[in-house]
Amino acid sequence: MTLRVDNLKVWYRTPRGEVQALDGVSFGVADGEIVGLAGESGCGKSTLGRSLIRLDAAMRHVDGTVELDGKELPIADDERMSGFRFKEVSIIPQYAMSALNPTRRIGGMLAELLESRGVGMAGVRDELRRRLELVGLDAEVLDRYPIELSGGMKQRMVMVISTMLNPSLLIADEVTSALDVSTQKAVAETLVEFRDRHYVKSTLFITHDLSLVYQIADSIVVMYAGRLAEKAPTDTLVAAPRHPYTRMLLAALPEVGVRYGARRLQGIPGSPPSLLTPPTGCRFRDRCPLAFDKCATQPPFVEVAPDHLVACWKAG
Amino acid sequence: MRRYFGRKLLIYAVTFFVAVTVDWVIPRFMPGDPVQTMLARASLRPEASQAMQAYYTGVFGLDVPLWRQYLNFWGALVHGDLGVSIWLFPQPVTGIILRAIPYTLALLVPAILLSWWAGNKFGAYAARRRWLDNTVLPVGYVLTATPYMWLGILLAWALATEARLFPIAGGYSFDVEPSWSPRFAGNLLGHWFLPFASLFLVGFGGWAIGMRNLIIYELEADYAHYLEALGAPQRLVRRYAYHNALLPQLTGLALQLGVIVAGALVTEIVFSYPGLGYLILQAINNQDFFLIQGAFLFIIIGVLVANFCVDVAYVLVDPRTRTGMRGAT
Amino acid sequence: MTVSDADELAAATPAAATPVTVAGVRGRREALQVARRNRKLLVGLAVVLVFLAVAVVGPLLTDHGPNEYVGPPAQRPSARWWFGTTMFGQDVFAQFAHGLRATFLVGLLGGGLAAVIGMVVGFTAGYRGGAADEALSMLTNVVLVIPTLAVLLIIATYLRVRGVVPEAIFIGLFSWPWVARAIRAQTFSLRTRDFVDLARLSGVGGARIVLREIVPNMSSYLFMTFILLFGGSVLMAATLDFIGLGPTEGISLGLMMNNAVLWSALPLGMWWWFVPPGLGITMIVGALYIMNVGLDEVFNPRLREL
Repeated sequence: MTLRVDNLKVWYRTPRGEVQALDGVSFGVADGEIVGLAGESGCGKSTLGRSLIRLDAAMRHVDGTVELDGKELPIADDERMSGFRFKEVSIIPQYAMSALNPTRRIGGMLAELLESRGVGMAGVRDELRRRLELVGLDAEVLDRYPIELSGGMKQRMVMVISTMLNPSLLIADEVTSALDVSTQKAVAETLVEFRDRHYVKSTLFITHDLSLVYQIADSIVVMYAGRLAEKAPTDTLVAAPRHPYTRMLLAALPEVGVRYGARRLQGIPGSPPSLLTPPTGCRFRDRCPLAFDKCATQPPFVEVAPDHLVACWKAG
Repeated sequence: MRRYFGRKLLIYAVTFFVAVTVDWVIPRFMPGDPVQTMLARASLRPEASQAMQAYYTGVFGLDVPLWRQYLNFWGALVHGDLGVSIWLFPQPVTGIILRAIPYTLALLVPAILLSWWAGNKFGAYAARRRWLDNTVLPVGYVLTATPYMWLGILLAWALATEARLFPIAGGYSFDVEPSWSPRFAGNLLGHWFLPFASLFLVGFGGWAIGMRNLIIYELEADYAHYLEALGAPQRLVRRYAYHNALLPQLTGLALQLGVIVAGALVTEIVFSYPGLGYLILQAINNQDFFLIQGAFLFIIIGVLVANFCVDVAYVLVDPRTRTGMRGAT
Repeated sequence: MTVSDADELAAATPAAATPVTVAGVRGRREALQVARRNRKLLVGLAVVLVFLAVAVVGPLLTDHGPNEYVGPPAQRPSARWWFGTTMFGQDVFAQFAHGLRATFLVGLLGGGLAAVIGMVVGFTAGYRGGAADEALSMLTNVVLVIPTLAVLLIIATYLRVRGVVPEAIFIGLFSWPWVARAIRAQTFSLRTRDFVDLARLSGVGGARIVLREIVPNMSSYLFMTFILLFGGSVLMAATLDFIGLGPTEGISLGLMMNNAVLWSALPLGMWWWFVPPGLGITMIVGALYIMNVGLDEVFNPRLREL
């Protein structure tokens, strides 16, 4: 198992109190696996992704452990973590379009970044050129300033940079959210390509777009309100989801070819609970059509079938 | 880059044109014969009065159409002829001003450069250490809120009058003859130090605070977060942040030039330092309009040149302008 | 002076601008609550109000004019003359209190005028774009480069009688360019936002869109800008007065310092003559700047100390 997350709790400090953004998350990612992490805005998926590489000033590691390739990741210790960053764990951030220093040529910035991590630019130059070609960028892009590149080009550039040192775990944080459909496809395919060519061992693909992630992910994890709802191999999850939330999410997806005059689009009425003072018990309780009195206790995230974990009393 | 400079030079040209026109127009809007009014206010000896009348009638004169008067003014200007001083008649204005300029430049140039550089370095450093930040910030705000002349007054009082460490007035001591000797140089420096320090401190406070705020802002930028996520050491991130923060600081320098020059002028007055500021004060007190107008034009030219220098510096610091893109300005 | 710079430039670079938020009712109430607890804002405001009180009440406490010769010359501060007397026997405290009035007047008028001009130019250039923008930008740049002092030098030389109000107006006429630039940049970015498009679609005219949709969004920023302009005007007026280009009648803090230096207060060590006026200006302007920092924290939740 490449990644093993055990009861991870990461909370946010805000002027109004602590937001329990990630409240006891446990799952694993196998070697060479692309795991999709899906959920609506505010469910904690980005927090999960980011806490695996860098806790910013407002985040606080409350509990839980993270293991990568058998070694514990010291996520709460910023200094010790930097040894792992870029080399073992890497991230393609949500803000890839603005992730490059505007006043530095891209090649220059990359060289300085690599030098600071103890990697000589000369050694990787050929490989770099190959990878740029792979994503459809010309090597001369290294002599350019970020402002001269289009959004898509910057995105691809950041993808190449982030994977330059062949990390064990790549976190792709909402990398397709701001793109048009054809570019989304290209980006998703590139991620698969990176995995197939062993540039990256495992990938955590964070998104709110189920319809996209199911096309490239091997397994999908569905999050709700800071906790995991369901994890299953993609085909299983899509064909036979067990958690009511997953089922309603899938039902809410429009189908190509169906006209909705006849069948209205199903949303999920209500909204997620506040994580400042989260409710006890199952957090989906208030919106769940299957809720009953046992839901007042949080259901454990258990395996109900091989590789299929669900947190629901009704799923067993 | 050509576009960038072209645009700047156009602005400066227009500004100069406007300034000269304003300079020429204002006296004409005063009621009555401007020449007579001026000469009447200044008490002149009859022969001086007549010589002035003749000269200025040529420039302002009613015997020539307005547009020609205007062109004559420009003509004289191009020849470096700014007229004759009333107060120090018959010395030409240009000469008087040129004698004072070196003193002003000796104050301005080091003060601007040093306060900007030191303020930036210090502000960046303060952003790193909490304890430093907590002292630098209030001190910086106080310094930058201090009117230039008051700091000069305080320094003069504390270090000159009370502590007797420095002289209180003049460019050099009255009893010393100017010469190319180290003794004279030392004397000059002694007189120069307090006004320079005054200018330096006010500027320093402002730049330090500005840089501190900008660094904090830059460190929150996406590129900084990305680098940190990839494990880049703080010094690399800070280096980038500092460089990027220099750009708005440079733009700010250009914006502040007018204020800094004004500050230098009043500081000179406090110390009776024989630069342009002190000269202007005396010109005002003696109602020497031609000297004032000459000083005005020199100030304008100086500020335009300084602006241009900052523009050049900006191109050097922001590589994007070199590639033909518009930078942040 | 250069602190306003960082703010000016932070504003001039659109991305760096104080983020404009669509403040709803809840936002305003919360802002008020935070404001009440923000130390910088409270301390700064308190200082300004204290000086304002002195300016209003002070002259009423003295039964003589600031320039009258009422006492023995060059007296140190005492119970009788709180701030001592000048070289000519004028009451320094009376001068100080009256001078404060001039200071606040200049700040209000000069700052207010500059704010209005800056806003009109900035909003028009930012919203209209095109030829109007080009013309206004050229105007802005020219006024920006010309040093205020230089122009006032020329103007004031030819005016026989000068008052506080004309001085304030002149200062206001030349202090607005950075405001216009910053507002223009912000308006550009706001212009393309959805709620503006919505207003435009419903047929609302240009000026009304600016007033109804864009200005309220920037209200916090505009208020902070006014504070900076207020402080800037006070400083500029002090400089002008010090050179002798200030009002020909009455008294001002800058003029007090001018007189002090002129009449050898420095070599004679008459600190009570030149320390109060400068200190007053420094404290008022400093308090304004600190208030601004506090306001920034109130309006910008991100800056608040966690």
